[in-house]
Amino acid sequence: MQSRRRSTRLRTAYGVALSAVVLAVPACAGAGGGGGGSGETITIATVGNPQMQDIEQLSSEFESEHDISVEFVTLPENELRDQVTQDIATGAGQYDIVTIGTYETPIWAENEWIEPLDEYASEDGYDVDDILTPVRDALSYEDTLYAAPFYGESSFLMYREDLLDEAGLTMPEQPTWEEVAELAAELDEEESGTAGICLRGLPGWGEVLAPLNTIIHTFGGRWYDEDWNAQLTSEETTEAVQFYVDLVREHGQPGAANSGFTECMTAVSQGDAAMWYDATVGASSLEDPNESDAAGRMGYAQAPVQETEHGGWLWAWSLAIPSTSERKDAAWEFISWATSKEYIQLVGEELGWTRVPPGSRASTYEIPEYQEEAGEFAEPTLEAIEGVDVNQPGLHEQPWVGVQYIAIPEFQDLGTRVSQEISAAIAGRQSVTEALDKAQSYAEETAESGGYSG
Amino acid sequence: MSAPPVVDGRAGGAAAPARSTTPTAVERLKRRIPLLPALVLTIVLTQVPLLGTVYYSFHSRNLLRGDAIEFVWFANYADILGDEHFRTAVLNTVVLTASTVTLSIALGVALAVLLDKAFLGRSVVRTLLITPFLVMPAVAALLWKHAMFDPVYGLLNWFLSLVGVGPIDWISELPMFSIVLMMTWQWTPFMMLIVLAGLQSQSPEVLEAAKVDGARAFATFRRITLPHLRRFIELGILLGSIFIVQTFDAIFLITQGGPGQATMNLPYFIYQRTFRAFEVGESAAAGVIVVAGTIVIAIFALRVILNLFREEG
Amino acid sequence: MLETAPTPPASGEASHSERAAAARRRTRRPRSLGVAALAWTVGLVFFFPVLWMFLTGFKHESEASTTPPTWLFVPTFDQFRAILGRDFLPYFLNSLTASVLSTVLVVVLAVPAAYALSLAPVRRWKDALFFFISTRMMPPVAIILPLYIIANNIGLLDNVTMLSVVYTVMNLPIAVWMIRSFLVELPAEVLEASRVDGASIGTEIRRIILPMIAPGVAATALICFIFAWNEFFFAVSLTSTKAATVPVFLTGFITAEGLFLAQLSAASMMAALPVILAGWVAQKWLVRGLSLGAVK
Repeated sequence: MQSRRRSTRLRTAYGVALSAVVLAVPACAGAGGGGGGSGETITIATVGNPQMQDIEQLSSEFESEHDISVEFVTLPENELRDQVTQDIATGAGQYDIVTIGTYETPIWAENEWIEPLDEYASEDGYDVDDILTPVRDALSYEDTLYAAPFYGESSFLMYREDLLDEAGLTMPEQPTWEEVAELAAELDEEESGTAGICLRGLPGWGEVLAPLNTIIHTFGGRWYDEDWNAQLTSEETTEAVQFYVDLVREHGQPGAANSGFTECMTAVSQGDAAMWYDATVGASSLEDPNESDAAGRMGYAQAPVQETEHGGWLWAWSLAIPSTSERKDAAWEFISWATSKEYIQLVGEELGWTRVPPGSRASTYEIPEYQEEAGEFAEPTLEAIEGVDVNQPGLHEQPWVGVQYIAIPEFQDLGTRVSQEISAAIAGRQSVTEALDKAQSYAEETAESGGYSG
Repeated sequence: MSAPPVVDGRAGGAAAPARSTTPTAVERLKRRIPLLPALVLTIVLTQVPLLGTVYYSFHSRNLLRGDAIEFVWFANYADILGDEHFRTAVLNTVVLTASTVTLSIALGVALAVLLDKAFLGRSVVRTLLITPFLVMPAVAALLWKHAMFDPVYGLLNWFLSLVGVGPIDWISELPMFSIVLMMTWQWTPFMMLIVLAGLQSQSPEVLEAAKVDGARAFATFRRITLPHLRRFIELGILLGSIFIVQTFDAIFLITQGGPGQATMNLPYFIYQRTFRAFEVGESAAAGVIVVAGTIVIAIFALRVILNLFREEG
Repeated sequence: MLETAPTPPASGEASHSERAAAARRRTRRPRSLGVAALAWTVGLVFFFPVLWMFLTGFKHESEASTTPPTWLFVPTFDQFRAILGRDFLPYFLNSLTASVLSTVLVVVLAVPAAYALSLAPVRRWKDALFFFISTRMMPPVAIILPLYIIANNIGLLDNVTMLSVVYTVMNLPIAVWMIRSFLVELPAEVLEASRVDGASIGTEIRRIILPMIAPGVAATALICFIFAWNEFFFAVSLTSTKAATVPVFLTGFITAEGLFLAQLSAASMMAALPVILAGWVAQKWLVRGLSLGAVK
């Protein structure tokens, strides 16, 4: 018997053979597929957000229509980035579709890790021009679309209208940060445990840095100047960060240094915070009476500003095809379905109009049912997204495209490290100056080692 | 030296190489055969990747940039050793491991002594007590983060509020303490089980004799039980250290090493260098340093503390 | 005696001495009430977080995060239904496969290896034993990238068998150590008496030695099973869909957007329950495994 001869051999010496022999059979069994389009299986890596869970739920519709089965790998945001980056950078090719954001898209496009979608997107009735312009810009590299937006978001200020009324306060349509700080002081109720405002403090460049960077922009600060000289200790940047840290320490929620989107969402929906400056998608969950006590009591204002006209960020969870995928056509079929007008209609009809993925297509905002059910926040969301200038969100020109992040590969690491220092300042473990001094040195290091400056 | 005074009738029932005729070369080979599959598999799955890590550690490579791989001698090692965060991570790892092991072994001994006594529902209490050890560490971390430590909804603060203390923002104000608290909760049962096994292997006759001699309970414990337990405690410390040094789930899921660098331990440091920065060379160098360090400590721990390889025969 | 001298009684005597101890203890009734109260309190404190998780899994999301905590509520199965609706079974089966397969492999490999390190020791057996244990001290994160690349190159990424083999190697050091300590406990006379002339090593291990240390092997297997089932890092790093295990399923519930504690608790419970139950049922083995494993 051949197998027996082999197994004697591996005992004596070659261990590599062991794993190979033992494992070969199931490995082959797993690697099927690939034939002709019918009965293909595509694997998609997604984040565990509610909109993504909806798509998982509805994907059976797609599967029965297209004879392609879809496997989902659902991971938390950070984990997803780790996995997908590792997969693509090492050429493992486990995924046919990856969920990425506006940050990754231009970088990965430059590395040729993901496929250009222009050819696909111009075909059939996909209506690529319906995609909101700032979102489309952010997902393009050298004027070519590399990822299709599943949903887009900006940031705005969500507040409890009833609490403001009770206190005899009014929210300006376009508040400044100073006004917000004053309101937060008024609304901060020690006894009832209601915080004036909820702001993110959780380390992670996608967490605390998102709102903070919009504030840095609108205060006139920046991370780098046009020649990649780090500006994190400049007067404006310091003022902005000091403002943020003071605000959240004085009138923010307890445990601010560990609050991210989720924690703030919980706090607001339980009535434990009166205002919340965060992603526009937050509104969809806040207005869901099954999840939130605050449903129907919320008001929405544009992102507060200081020196600039507009203060919001821009992000879009988007679907892209890794160049390592062997089932690109099937992958596009799924992407075009999941980011189509028809899908939006399907979600509205099957799951309810407040659960429609927002911020991707202009046509969404013309659907009467959507206007009816989600009008409260739909208009402000659209306005917020359309107001973003991804090329120059702050007062100064910047050598990258993006609002709440620096679009260079090193930013994942740099941002994470800086966010840890900021978070420690929010926790009161160091001063803002100390945090920014360290941040500045990290930023200088990065500009130098990445070959951007000088 | 510290041979416990109690030796059961059948002391040292060892069957080790009684037949120590000098083996021939063929026989030596034959004896080696049972060992080989395990040895080879272990080498393939640990040493081969480790060689890969060593290889990377001498090269400059960032996965996020398409740069060519470049041989850089010891530059990565210099970077890592000069990195203040690496030194913080080493220190944090030592603090985390030492505090958790100390606390859980102390609690473990106390609980084992308690459980060694007869009382109503003893087996139920034992069942309750071992549960934290059985809970998946990732689950334990999420559970503590969201249900225990949360400053608003967490139960720790609710309990404290009953006695008028708090609220405490556990993870921000007391990050290391919080992690140690959670890890101690998880590892005390493990220590308890080991010590309990030791207690139950004590000869009742000697304890009885001590009692007849009029020794007080505490004196008996200190002079007879504790020396007997020594090796069990040492084993607990050794095994506990091996596992706790590698703590990853708790840091990853609860604090992400923060706030600042307050709970950054070595596994998470390397993880961050690998998966946030994708600085493969630097993280590999850190990995090699850590492996070398643990081997030094392992030699110390195994040979000195446990006397595992005491000269025999 | 070649092995170290002081040895606590092995399994056979343990039950005897336990009985004697119990008899002795019965004479000290009065103080046991205080002991019972203290022990129960501590036991409940340690168990409480798990109990809370259990309760939270049966809540609605809005009851899961409240101040003060919600103690009384109408239990709902919504969360469990939602989890089963997300295809929990394949993850469960993968976990089961990886844990069982790796445990079997560990036993098959560790028993002969431990034999070669104790009863018929190879030259430099101390170094070999030391090598095994030192591999367990190596942080997995230090080798994950090469391991990932190797697995990818031989087509074994996202493969349950690969994961099982990784778990096997992860648990081998502890298993070899534990089983070796059971072997050196075996009385020499019994071994000599039952040794059959001319029997091969394999036969000797299977026919004579294995039955004698069966309880110890079972205890070792249980501990390896627990570690394999609970493993998080390799599972998340080396699998994606086909081979993803329960901890990977669990991370899918760590959502960035939305209330989730009740659902997370329900998912956590389903992830942790098999091992909790196994540990409860077989807790005698746990004690014994660690006790015998303790001394050598």
